[in-house]
Amino acid sequence: MQWKDEINTGWGRVLKAREKVARPERAAALAALLESTPAPAAGMRRSYGDAPLNDGGHVIDMTRLDRILGFDGKTGVIEVEGGVRIGELARLYAPQGWLPAVLPGTGFATVAGCIANDVHGKNHHHMGSFGQHVKSLTLLGPDGKARVIGPKRSANLFRATVGGLGQTGVILSAKLQMIPCKGDVMMVTERRAENFEQFLELLDHSSATYTVGWIDATARGEALGRGILEEGETGSGLMPKPKKARAVPMNAPHFALSKPVVKLFNRAYFSRVPAHGRTSVKRIGEFFFPLDKIHDWNRLYGKRGFHQFQCVVPLEAAGRLREMLETIASSGLASPLAVLKRMGPGRAGMMSFPMEGYTLAVDFPNRPQARLLIARLGEMAEAAGGRIYLAKDSLASGARVKAMYEEHPKWAGEVAGADPEGRFVTDLVRRLDLRSPA
Amino acid sequence: MNSTASETWIILGATSSMARAFARIVAEEGAHVILAGRDLDDMKRTAADCRARGAAGAEAVKFDARRPESFKAPIARAKEGPGSINAAVFIGSMPDQVAIDADPTLIRGVVADNFTGPAEFLHRLAPLLEERGAGTIIGVGSVAGDRGRIGNYVYGAAKAGFATYLSGLRNRLARSGAHVMTVKPGFVDTAMTWGIEGMFLVASPEKIAADILRAARRKRNILYTPFFWRYIMAIIRAIPEPIFKKLSV
Repeated sequence: MQWKDEINTGWGRVLKAREKVARPERAAALAALLESTPAPAAGMRRSYGDAPLNDGGHVIDMTRLDRILGFDGKTGVIEVEGGVRIGELARLYAPQGWLPAVLPGTGFATVAGCIANDVHGKNHHHMGSFGQHVKSLTLLGPDGKARVIGPKRSANLFRATVGGLGQTGVILSAKLQMIPCKGDVMMVTERRAENFEQFLELLDHSSATYTVGWIDATARGEALGRGILEEGETGSGLMPKPKKARAVPMNAPHFALSKPVVKLFNRAYFSRVPAHGRTSVKRIGEFFFPLDKIHDWNRLYGKRGFHQFQCVVPLEAAGRLREMLETIASSGLASPLAVLKRMGPGRAGMMSFPMEGYTLAVDFPNRPQARLLIARLGEMAEAAGGRIYLAKDSLASGARVKAMYEEHPKWAGEVAGADPEGRFVTDLVRRLDLRSPA
Repeated sequence: MNSTASETWIILGATSSMARAFARIVAEEGAHVILAGRDLDDMKRTAADCRARGAAGAEAVKFDARRPESFKAPIARAKEGPGSINAAVFIGSMPDQVAIDADPTLIRGVVADNFTGPAEFLHRLAPLLEERGAGTIIGVGSVAGDRGRIGNYVYGAAKAGFATYLSGLRNRLARSGAHVMTVKPGFVDTAMTWGIEGMFLVASPEKIAADILRAARRKRNILYTPFFWRYIMAIIRAIPEPIFKKLSV
């Protein structure tokens, strides 16, 4: 059977789609599929909302096209099929002294997914976004024909494809520039930030290669914005074998993430790091992909699922971000998963999320009040001159998103040329009406 | 056989997901891999993947179970490879039983792909293992070969023939120190089973491949994988024929 009936969701499990899914295992099979039934590609479906969904339509599952096609040990350039997981590259190459230049928060994301969302990592302030390290990629159009494009070759199509949510075609393979690393362990320093101002100061003055901040989105008053800054450097040495990943066996009941539980958890999590900080050694995967060792952790939010709100605001709008944090803290709706980070200006596509500034990401269990809060936060992000991240979104309005992404009309034009019949439209693109320029 | 370093593995039917998963494991252990199958372009990509993962070498050669003239190339290549010669046969095809009922000539292809092709190939390879007094042959059959059922009995019959052949070959090679293992996978999440209704307890190709290599190292003779298929099939085999013929399991 070529097409299998499936009901799929994004990682947040709020939006669902009934799809006919094909899973080609060979490049020739993929090309044949596109010739007969062009359809959007999906990878590991780690986007939170409806970016990987196509309700009532066809989808091509790319996870079996996951091979490494070549690696140059002198230059660190690697060519891979789009379905390879980014964590697999870290696992294989860190011991040889190379890492993908940008690693998102989960190693389960596919390389093609990293490109289509122009993802960022804990080193965005130094290395920019994922797409900036893509030397070229092979894109299959709605006719199944392959085109090799890059930053200098069909530059506009390339800039519409990186961060382009799969709308220009299916990414069969890509050439990536990796960066040298010292080995497959991390030296990690954790420091407490007692409040929002101190947190920004720590972020602004950090000279570490990798930084990420956990923020207590329930703390209020003087403790507003308190959290822990993690700074990491790669290193070498011997570490015990990783423990086997555990899985969440079923949906958690809704009180698991109720306000008092989250407040208690956050206080304990904050106090775990001594006031004077601490340094430890971790395995590389533990630092970059902390949640990957708990399979299906999204079930912790119960069957109603959850939303993640992520925005970035310019550096000078830090005050606006503080207001957003106040709004979140006083709502009492946040979960323990909240991240604050400084971003550099690096971005590679017309619809790329990053801008120089501060980015805040907070998870909320899916409740009516949370949906209202997220709409309010989107409004505040727009007023602050910022953006929301489409890989996380399932609630925004098209008008707001188009106002946030200044290159959107250009992108829509490029996409109209690449896929005039709208064969690669996904639920997210339909919901936000992203194909129309205004 | 504790590690595949300086071993040579011929992998037959190398475009299947199970074969690819198996090739990856032996490649990461440093084996020399010879990928044999029909889609040369695809196998070249898998060969590159094997090299990137640490294979001592990896090459792709054309092989078609229905064309005996293609049987010599993989064997010739294996003679050049380092260490002991080993082979894993993942080849097979399963057309819809309904299609076979409509066109019985399809039986020829099913038998060639699942039984006579691989058997003739292994028969050409066996003297090499005997001569060297080492090596492992892994033949992947199917639980479908344990009893003929209305849904896929032509495929099952070919797999049963292959299993009987492997049992005889095991008997023969045991005298020289080489080993033959028969594998009977249950439902595996491959292109062959994608979208077929009624699948349950489906295992990933990665899990099956790891299981196969582990069992081969322990010189197991017959492997059901995942393990519980041994019990499922014991029950299915135990059903008396007068009852079984009326069932549609």
